[in-house]
Amino acid sequence: MKVTFPHMGHLWLVLQTALEGIGLEVVVPPPCTRRTLELGVRHAPESACLPLKVNLGNFLEAKELGADTIVMAGGVGPCRIGYYAQVQREILRDIDCEYEMVVFEPPDVHFSEVWDKVKYLNRRPWQEGVGGVILAWQKACAVDALEQEVQRLRPREERPGQADAVFRRALQGLAAAGNRREINRLVKESRAELAAIPRQPEVSLLKIGIVGEIYTVLEPLVNLNIERRLGALGAEVVRGLFLSRWINDNLFRGLLPLPGHHPEKTAPPFLNHFVGGHGWESVGDTVTFARQGCDGVIQLAPLTCMPEIVAHSVMPAVQQAKGIPVMTIYLDEQTGEAGLQTRLEAFVDMLRRHKNKIVG
Amino acid sequence: MSAIYLGIDVGSVSTNVVVLNQQCQLLTSVYLRTHGQPILAIQEGLRRVVATLGRDLEVAGVGTTGSGRGLAAVMTGADVVKNEITAHAVAASYAVPGVQTVLEIGGQDSKIIILRQGVVTDFAMNTVCAAGTGSFLDQQAARLGIPIEDFGRLALGAQNPVRIAGRCAVFAESDMIHKQQQGHPLNDIVAGLCEALVRNYLNNVGKGKEILPPVVFQGGVAANAGMRQAFSRALGTEVIVPEHFGVMGAFGAALLAREAGPKVSSFRGFELTEREFRTGGFECRGCTNHCEVVELKEGKEILARWGDRCGKWSNAVAV
Repeated sequence: MKVTFPHMGHLWLVLQTALEGIGLEVVVPPPCTRRTLELGVRHAPESACLPLKVNLGNFLEAKELGADTIVMAGGVGPCRIGYYAQVQREILRDIDCEYEMVVFEPPDVHFSEVWDKVKYLNRRPWQEGVGGVILAWQKACAVDALEQEVQRLRPREERPGQADAVFRRALQGLAAAGNRREINRLVKESRAELAAIPRQPEVSLLKIGIVGEIYTVLEPLVNLNIERRLGALGAEVVRGLFLSRWINDNLFRGLLPLPGHHPEKTAPPFLNHFVGGHGWESVGDTVTFARQGCDGVIQLAPLTCMPEIVAHSVMPAVQQAKGIPVMTIYLDEQTGEAGLQTRLEAFVDMLRRHKNKIVG
Repeated sequence: MSAIYLGIDVGSVSTNVVVLNQQCQLLTSVYLRTHGQPILAIQEGLRRVVATLGRDLEVAGVGTTGSGRGLAAVMTGADVVKNEITAHAVAASYAVPGVQTVLEIGGQDSKIIILRQGVVTDFAMNTVCAAGTGSFLDQQAARLGIPIEDFGRLALGAQNPVRIAGRCAVFAESDMIHKQQQGHPLNDIVAGLCEALVRNYLNNVGKGKEILPPVVFQGGVAANAGMRQAFSRALGTEVIVPEHFGVMGAFGAALLAREAGPKVSSFRGFELTEREFRTGGFECRGCTNHCEVVELKEGKEILARWGDRCGKWSNAVAV
């Protein structure tokens, strides 16, 4: 059995460790590129949202490397992604791409449904498997900690791209790390490298919060590297969505003491319900970012994303009440970057002129 | 010798050059079709500036804007490179101090900019819908066999503008043909088209925005009296069209260059109209992204490269 999974930002590193930890042979799909998108778009229904298409491209590219089993997330609720595993299974069957699909989703009746799937995949004694999963979790935390430093550094570094180069190397190292000590050493070394990067003389920076649908927020192919672009424009990016927090919120039910999402506390009175996906969190995070003194918020979503459309329609009220500008960007198959760049530049210009006016 | 500021707006449809003096007065402006050849358009634009104002010019600053702003900046040695939103907002604020809403409709895109106390607070751009831009009017004028210049005059003569679906250029066209076949007069159809475009613009680009007066209407389409009337009817307020409505992007870029006030402009001289610039491209095979890398050359020297995602090529040449 050779297992693969869809890409979502740095998720591959975590899943690879966890699945190898339970004794499986893992095929990591090649990094998302334009080819991935083209393959996915060719076979996916036109009206589906972007995650389905890119995931499908991942599966087709992993097949070329010999994968035969897919581990995919399912779900319940208004977001369509919960149903995508089934749609993808049908599409792959139609185009004669042989795959077995193991779908993890919240159980209908009893937790044993999930358990049975884990048992089916597991190839090792339980103690060892648990060790692998813990290692994966530690890697997720390490990646997120480093990424937050990179976010802080991007607008401050003298030559753009240096922090990202360190981060890329760190990711490769973390993927190969076999135990906790190695992870800690890598984090320490990378931190030192990041600290040594020459910085610009202190300038007044903007702070922009990113909210939205998790896939578009975390996958740089899809969001056209929005965080790097903003960094180069002199804006520090913050976001509430991180892999480790998402795992803690969704898989560990918020058991670990990490800053989690509490839209039930922050989103009302603008939005009082779960609306699927991360729509509720988008509204809640926008309120939080406004309180933390961010200069603006950018909401990202795949075109036709229902939960984010609901959040989008609430944003004008949030904007007015909290006095924070919000720009919504819908992402789709377009690879032309000029349009996005113009919007980002204009948004950053607007925030900067606004800020100078308040200060001056 | 008088010091001047150059503003260059390289758009997909038109390339405009504006020359301002120290007092921000417009000395000359050039409006050219880009015809997909921005380099030639920029050179021709500068040539015309020299033809009008003579060679005895001291360029104190250059600003570029529009979708070709990067290319124009490398070619001319610009001091300021700004996106269209900021450039248009700056120009509108200068032309009409205290402006709160800017409606801009060009050939292939349209935007709305909301300002409060002279600062942009919100904006939106149309990218996907042809029915919200000037090319929609162009096409329909061509279908009706009337020159676009007469469009406004015809619309003003309408008694009862017909209702035409404005949501989509294709629906609008079939709706319009239907109304023609029913025998509605041309004036009413033309006025109906203007109203359809305004509806589309307000619903698409202007959705959710608080449109407060003074309202400035600029961009090539502002030349159309029918559109001006349709906007002021739909908004229930006067719509101001600034004197240089067609070149406001370039105007704004020149103002921004003046505001930046470089000690010495990095302008590369009017001789650049005679130099040979070429763009070339290749597909990078470094990974499966297969980025289309574009390079700008002057003679044998590579001035700039762009189009790669990873920075492998664009960082190799200092811009």
